[in-house]
Amino acid sequence: MAVNEKILGAEGIDKVPGGGFVLARTEDLFNWAKGASLWPLTFGLACCAIEMMVTGGPHYDIDRFGSGVFRASPRQCDVMIISGTICIKMKESIQRLYAQMPEPKYVIAMGNCAISGGIFYHDTYSVVKGAEELGIPVDVFVAGCPPRPENLLHGIIKLQEKIRTRKEKTA
Amino acid sequence: MEQTPGWVTLGKDALKPVVAFLKDGPGAFISLHCLTGVDRKEAVEVVYHLYSFEHRVMLTIKVILPNADLTIDSITPLWAAADWLEREVYDLLGVRFAGHPDLRRILNPDTWTDHPLRKDFKMAGVVPKPVK
Repeated sequence: MAVNEKILGAEGIDKVPGGGFVLARTEDLFNWAKGASLWPLTFGLACCAIEMMVTGGPHYDIDRFGSGVFRASPRQCDVMIISGTICIKMKESIQRLYAQMPEPKYVIAMGNCAISGGIFYHDTYSVVKGAEELGIPVDVFVAGCPPRPENLLHGIIKLQEKIRTRKEKTA
Repeated sequence: MEQTPGWVTLGKDALKPVVAFLKDGPGAFISLHCLTGVDRKEAVEVVYHLYSFEHRVMLTIKVILPNADLTIDSITPLWAAADWLEREVYDLLGVRFAGHPDLRRILNPDTWTDHPLRKDFKMAGVVPKPVK
């Protein structure tokens, strides 16, 4: 994303010329705020969790996108980054934690295992073939094994764009 | 480290006294290096690896259990490490260890009744890798 590229979803926000005023629809303003402060749930399962931790570290710094606050309680989170292999023993926990997150909530499936079972798709009796199989609606898929930190940041940026441009569901 | 070539096969009843002698006797095999099992279709082998720091020797002991009677004495009273290792052999191969303080599944869900590492294990939903 270049610096002078148009920011999707910012069409509703207008700077009033000459002064320090901004005119905006509350919907657009709230969507911007939602995207800029996505608090992730600490949900590292396997190797992708290490990449997620590095993304939170000083070099790749997820905090500059507003997502530096990883909370352990699902009640305080906006986004669940499912990073790692989902074993069948973990199925119940994921479903319960997702149900406990308050709306509006989003899910990023990080890594091949969370997308479709990854290299464990064949011949394994104990791995769930992707987060979608658990009935959890995924917003952004970040592919990789593991995806690089820049890749995860790209996923977060895409999620921010999605939040700003889509109509919010009411249910 | 010297690895004794091959292995020693013991009978089921001979295992515990022999292993106790190896541990407390002059051999000083105080370390249980590993405890696993192998499914050889007609029988299941339980394999014990013992290591002696004093003499720097690793000893491999196998006990062959017939499919009809997969029980053996637990060596958890001798080595605390055997606790989880025996639970793993029970979970994946179905070998019951008599005298184990807490024999339950360790890796698979508790509701399972099957043992995945047996050769005749089949499960619906396992996608086989396509052969080129």
